[in-house]
Amino acid sequence: MTIDTKRIREDFPILKREVHGKPLVYLDNAATTQKPQVVIDALVEYYSSYNANIHRGIHALAEEATGKYEATRQKVADFIGAPDASNIVFTRNTTESINLVAQAWGRKFLSAGDEIVLSTMEHHSNLVPWQILAKEKGLTLRFIDIDDDGQLVAADIERYIGEKTKLVAITHMSNVLGTINPVREIADRAHQHGALVLLDGAQSVPHLPVDVQELDCDFLAFSAHKMLGPTGVGVLYARKELLEEMDPFMSGGEMIRRVELEESTWNDVPWKFEAGTPNIGDVCAFSASLDYLSDLGMENVRAHEIELVQEAVRRLQNVPGITIYGPESAASKGGVVAFNIEDIHPHDLGTVLDRHGVAIRAGHHCAQPLMKRLDVVATGRASFYVYNEPTEFDALIEGIEAAARLFRAPVHTGA
Amino acid sequence: MPQSIPEPEFDELYRELILDHYRNPRHSEPLADADVVAEGYNPLCGDEVELRIDFKNGSVSDLSFGGRGCSISRASGSIMTDLVIGKPVADVRKLSELFNKMMTDPEAEVPEELGDLEALQGVAKFPVRVKCATLAWHTLEDGLKQRDEGGHAVRHEE
Repeated sequence: MTIDTKRIREDFPILKREVHGKPLVYLDNAATTQKPQVVIDALVEYYSSYNANIHRGIHALAEEATGKYEATRQKVADFIGAPDASNIVFTRNTTESINLVAQAWGRKFLSAGDEIVLSTMEHHSNLVPWQILAKEKGLTLRFIDIDDDGQLVAADIERYIGEKTKLVAITHMSNVLGTINPVREIADRAHQHGALVLLDGAQSVPHLPVDVQELDCDFLAFSAHKMLGPTGVGVLYARKELLEEMDPFMSGGEMIRRVELEESTWNDVPWKFEAGTPNIGDVCAFSASLDYLSDLGMENVRAHEIELVQEAVRRLQNVPGITIYGPESAASKGGVVAFNIEDIHPHDLGTVLDRHGVAIRAGHHCAQPLMKRLDVVATGRASFYVYNEPTEFDALIEGIEAAARLFRAPVHTGA
Repeated sequence: MPQSIPEPEFDELYRELILDHYRNPRHSEPLADADVVAEGYNPLCGDEVELRIDFKNGSVSDLSFGGRGCSISRASGSIMTDLVIGKPVADVRKLSELFNKMMTDPEAEVPEELGDLEALQGVAKFPVRVKCATLAWHTLEDGLKQRDEGGHAVRHEE
């Protein structure tokens, strides 16, 4: 089976709308994706037919809501090849999942002189929590650099992952360059040295087949809203023995077993990490997005995006003055194309494209150190998903040409 | 469709005067040995501004504008140089105040003193772009303050 975009597009009501009088061309999927009707319906169904607080209720609605919430946990586990539902913690987003690891694992197990290995292509969410922890604990952060093709420098992987390394926290797929990193090789090296591996899967889980046991990662963080699901739901996968030895992240209701005035004991994992009433409605709706993607097949999603990225690069390459960042080969690049065009600032380009109905991202993409590494202040970024079609690149190119006419200095012929 | 906010006109943002200043920035050659060097930076959008300011008898006698940024920020700085050079510092401060006011109220009448800056009035209707227009002016204000305090270099961050 291949991806039938014509049929898929029918499932997404937002794709029928116009922006500034033009059909919407949504190319900002690395930021968030649109939602199919089944996900919107699932959200409405929760609030209109079984809304209740979970785990403690003894009435029918509470049982239904608990059942659906926990069934979604199992579905998430199956989606990423986790051994058990108890490996899955629901959070608000990828950022919270990473902060959970930094606080609940990092604060307990790391001490002065320990090293954390990151890369220069990290999103701020997989950088800032480690900076704060490093300052607090006296840790050293090491950064694997990128080469001119936007790939991790192999020598840096060798050089920085060593005896002092306690954690390698790295993105599986760059949200700017699209680079798909060799995370299994990195995990093997980290484990040889007794270090753990955290993968930022915010971009990879929605777009590639991901199996945590094949990748042999210890932690994986990702967000529902980047994979057709609602906002407000993040996932942390962790090996069970890690979850068991980690301290709680936040505390209060739900995460406890027995509470006395002076002290308390903790609930079993994963509930130990889900303090307070969770985002039940959105978790239940997330279930529908996992079904939707599973029905499409993640291999097919990936194949579709390879086609899109190849076609996008082919079209964009012909734009005068363009620089495209990231791997040249679509085999090591997800559905993301970051670029700059001479004389046109990305923010100006974003504004002009918006007037053509084309939504792209312009800015630093929450990766300021990467911008510095590329020696740019910002880039434009087009990112794709299952409902995008090559014909949509016509509007992208037309918008770019319009921007070029607007911002380029007229050519002086010397007359 | 939820579109209660009237759409600002595209032409109001990219007026020909703005595009002209963007394509052909004025006073972009950095002044050598300037009295004050003021750098401005907006980490959120990456815009960078470098102002080099000379003073004589209480006036801004010369000013150069450089840096990296979008058309709005470049044009705002370029127009600023034209407007400010030769003016007493007190008048420059007043202009800055008027300009900041214009950027926060798209409906207000534009005072005559602002001259060509009037072309930037449309920017006020695009809230995400207002900081592009004000960065050069905020940096200039810091430069003027630096002179009052007897300093030579200052870095402004939005």
